[in-house]
Amino acid sequence: MLKKKMLSRNSKGRFTTYGIVIAAWIIMEIFMRAGLMSSHLEGLLVPMTYYAIVAVALNLCVGILGELSLGHAGFMCVGAFSSALFSLVTDGVMPDGVRFLIALVIGVIVSAIVGFLIGIPVLRLNGDYLAIVTLAFGEIIKNIINAMYLGVDSKGVHISFESQMALNMEPEGKTLINGAMGVTGTPHDANFTIAVILLLLALVVVQNFIDSRDGRAVMSIRDNRIAAESIGIPVTKYKMLAFTISAAIAGMAGVIFSHNIATLQSTSQYFGYNVSIMILVYVVLGGIGSIRGSVIAAVILYLLPELLRGLNKYRMLIYSVVLIAVMIINWAPKAIEKRTAFFDSIRKGMKRNGTA
Amino acid sequence: MKKKLLSIALTAVMAASLLAGCGGSGASGSSSSGDTFKIGVIGPLTGGAAAYGTAVQYSAQIAVDEINAAGGINGKQVELKAEDDELDAQKSVNAYNSLKDWGMDMLVGCVTSACSIAVSEETKNDNMFQLTPSGSALDCVKYDNVFRVCFSDPAQGAASAQYIGQNGIASKVGVIYDSSDVYSSGIYQTFAQEAANQGFEIVSAEAFTADSKTDFSVQIQKAKDAGAELVFLPIYYTEASLILQQANTMGYKPIFFGCDGLDGILGVENFDTSLAEGAMLLTPFAADATDELTQSFVKSFEAKYEITPNQFGADAYDAIYAIKAAAEKENVTPSMSVTEIGDAMKKGMTEISIDGLTSTGMTWDASGEPTKEPKAVVIKDGAYVSAQ
Repeated sequence: MLKKKMLSRNSKGRFTTYGIVIAAWIIMEIFMRAGLMSSHLEGLLVPMTYYAIVAVALNLCVGILGELSLGHAGFMCVGAFSSALFSLVTDGVMPDGVRFLIALVIGVIVSAIVGFLIGIPVLRLNGDYLAIVTLAFGEIIKNIINAMYLGVDSKGVHISFESQMALNMEPEGKTLINGAMGVTGTPHDANFTIAVILLLLALVVVQNFIDSRDGRAVMSIRDNRIAAESIGIPVTKYKMLAFTISAAIAGMAGVIFSHNIATLQSTSQYFGYNVSIMILVYVVLGGIGSIRGSVIAAVILYLLPELLRGLNKYRMLIYSVVLIAVMIINWAPKAIEKRTAFFDSIRKGMKRNGTA
Repeated sequence: MKKKLLSIALTAVMAASLLAGCGGSGASGSSSSGDTFKIGVIGPLTGGAAAYGTAVQYSAQIAVDEINAAGGINGKQVELKAEDDELDAQKSVNAYNSLKDWGMDMLVGCVTSACSIAVSEETKNDNMFQLTPSGSALDCVKYDNVFRVCFSDPAQGAASAQYIGQNGIASKVGVIYDSSDVYSSGIYQTFAQEAANQGFEIVSAEAFTADSKTDFSVQIQKAKDAGAELVFLPIYYTEASLILQQANTMGYKPIFFGCDGLDGILGVENFDTSLAEGAMLLTPFAADATDELTQSFVKSFEAKYEITPNQFGADAYDAIYAIKAAAEKENVTPSMSVTEIGDAMKKGMTEISIDGLTSTGMTWDASGEPTKEPKAVVIKDGAYVSAQ
């Protein structure tokens, strides 16, 4: 009886999250179709959604697995580049929809593999050490891609880490990754609907994982590693599992990233550690462990600096002030006390009205 | 349950207020209303590259003020609005969309290459006329609605190699470049390709990245050991000033040769300008040139903003005047739609010739590339002097 009740409560929370996402999608679509939405906001919808996806991914790692990762922008980078390369090579060869689907699968698989490989050494560490090492790996990924030249001609694929000339390509060969200049000309395949579908997919995967036997094992490791080990839970296996899923979902966000914009460069402003930290901010402000919170926080915090454009130079200042304010209102013990008291009084008031 | 309902309600209220906040401004931007030309500018106005973005914004403003005072374009006044992109391609597209909501007719931007390429995908779809003052990568003008004022990176690299080869300045050349920067590695690539045709040899090519740009002793030592008589620096002036200082302490005195990024080296704080003596650069603009147009521009810029303009600003100033000339040639009016303006401007740009700050007799062809003369400048007695 108790078990049944618990399950139904969990799934109810899950469907509320899906409901919010779908409702937001419907509202946005209506506004877009009716031409009521400014093109500025319309352009923000896709980035907003992929940051929500990567926030969900990071929350799986930070909130559920309990390990602080500062390298998720690196996984996004891997997903973005691997899928963009595929789309660039096969542009015009197959229909757009099929191409994007295969690119998506490639992006997800490649970043899952990279996540797995990085996880092998990294997950032996704990706490701060793990955070620093993931940060380092994220930077390594970014810098390797930034230094890489990749071209293709009739003789096959050429790779160099020196310069474009060192590729020794035939004149008609096509340069795919041009070092710091990155990839240009990725087809514009992603749109808001696709992004929302992928966000829902990420939510379903993560929430089902949390509610599964594996998810409970992962959370038990988070809560007490020694106790979990003592009852025979293979700690490394479950940590790898959660970390790899998290990397794969971050890679999925990267796929949307690269197919939403024509230029893709592996530089710090897109995939550096500051981006990883920004994603962590979404997760922390939304509530560590709360998947729905991550989505809402990512959406609001991505939109905020953009909607403050009217304030010009002051907008980043105001953005920081808002971050501090949200942090205090959400998480300071006194604020929580006041807030609960406030809501309780409302609830009481409502009850009294109801009975009277 | 109540709490949950409340949270849903709050979310809904928030979403609604977001929409209300920005939905109002909006009929999807394609109608260019009113009686004024609305020109948008996109560039990095904050952050590390802010010097370039603000130079473009300010210079465009000066040009617009001059044009308005002289009666506007085809009798219509011009409005200018600049949006920040923080050097981020995605934010650049956001800035473009927000300018479209404002009712932009034409775009001067973006200031940097990657942003410009990203935005050109959008302007192509809207057939919005785009003139980038300083987006120098090859792909910036891939579409027929995009033109540029500056030289392309390949053009600068090739022109530098040709200048060195044809004037017989050196036979052994060392290169120090920033491999993490699009501008720098772009110039280096074509410089190296052209060098093979010009009868001089690149004896050392050493890279640095944005993360390690304070100590250049290794790169300088390699150039010195290889016996380079000339060191080619396709980089920006901040790093170049450090290289000059460090080469001096190592007792290495080759000829230094740079591109337009080196413009501004004399203005670096605490930099001993005598070190730059004899350095050469190919640049379209030098703030202390003596022609009347440059002097009046520099004077009004310094009076208004209290800094000396750089070549980014000069490109933007010329961009506004090119727009004026092309618009007057084709009788463009603000009441036309964005695509009509785009089509007219595409035609107009190929028919004009501009005497601007960055070159005299600038013309454009349909590919969007400008035809103009590179000027070689030598630093002599702490000032830029035209070579030859």
